[in-house]
Amino acid sequence: MTKPRPKHLNLLQIRLPLPGVISIMHRAFGATLFLAIPLLLYAMQLSLESPQSFDGLKSVLAHPLVKVISLGLVWAYLHHFCAGIRYLALDLDYGTDLGPARASAKAVVAVSLALTLLIGVWIW
Amino acid sequence: MVKREVVGAHYGLRDWLAQRITAVVMAIYTLLLVLALVRVPAIDFWHWQALWKLPVMRYATVLFLLSVYYHAWIGVRDIFMDYIKDPGLRLTLYVIVIGALVCYAVWSVQILWSL
Repeated sequence: MTKPRPKHLNLLQIRLPLPGVISIMHRAFGATLFLAIPLLLYAMQLSLESPQSFDGLKSVLAHPLVKVISLGLVWAYLHHFCAGIRYLALDLDYGTDLGPARASAKAVVAVSLALTLLIGVWIW
Repeated sequence: MVKREVVGAHYGLRDWLAQRITAVVMAIYTLLLVLALVRVPAIDFWHWQALWKLPVMRYATVLFLLSVYYHAWIGVRDIFMDYIKDPGLRLTLYVIVIGALVCYAVWSVQILWSL
């Protein structure tokens, strides 16, 4: 016998718990980082090619808009990093109960935001 | 008796494991890189280039980047599997992503070994 399962897939009405929020952010930021690979490789190349290209890159990175974008990528990396560590722990059966799982989700948000803020202060 | 396999193509566990092993490689590299960068006396061109010329840096970075590309492939493929329903479009996207990642890998080696 099949019971009709309750479906509620209106994205504007679903109230995702925090572990769900950091999960979708993990995916979205992962995709963002993938798209950023060519930019980062190009920056790496410029930084190592010659003193001229190094200085050129440095002046581009000093632009406020570029700083905001870089900090966004830093946040994406840190969030993906912290959430990834959390998933590794969950895979090893650490923190799988509801309480600890919610607490570690909060920690992922807090730690990645705090480190991003720190780097933001450093680059400004 | 016919021995039947009722599960899929069997790449699931391998990819699941690869995703985690590459993640650990990348995490360790990230922490070591931060330590290395903190120890650089000054971030000018010559110090910066000297750092990346070290063989240990080259090999560790190539290992890291190859981990990134493999990890990215599994992640992006999973995203496409979830949201792209049309098989033709999905296959096209797979080919584009694989092509891009292979180019990135060659480019990475080129950057690090042309110093």
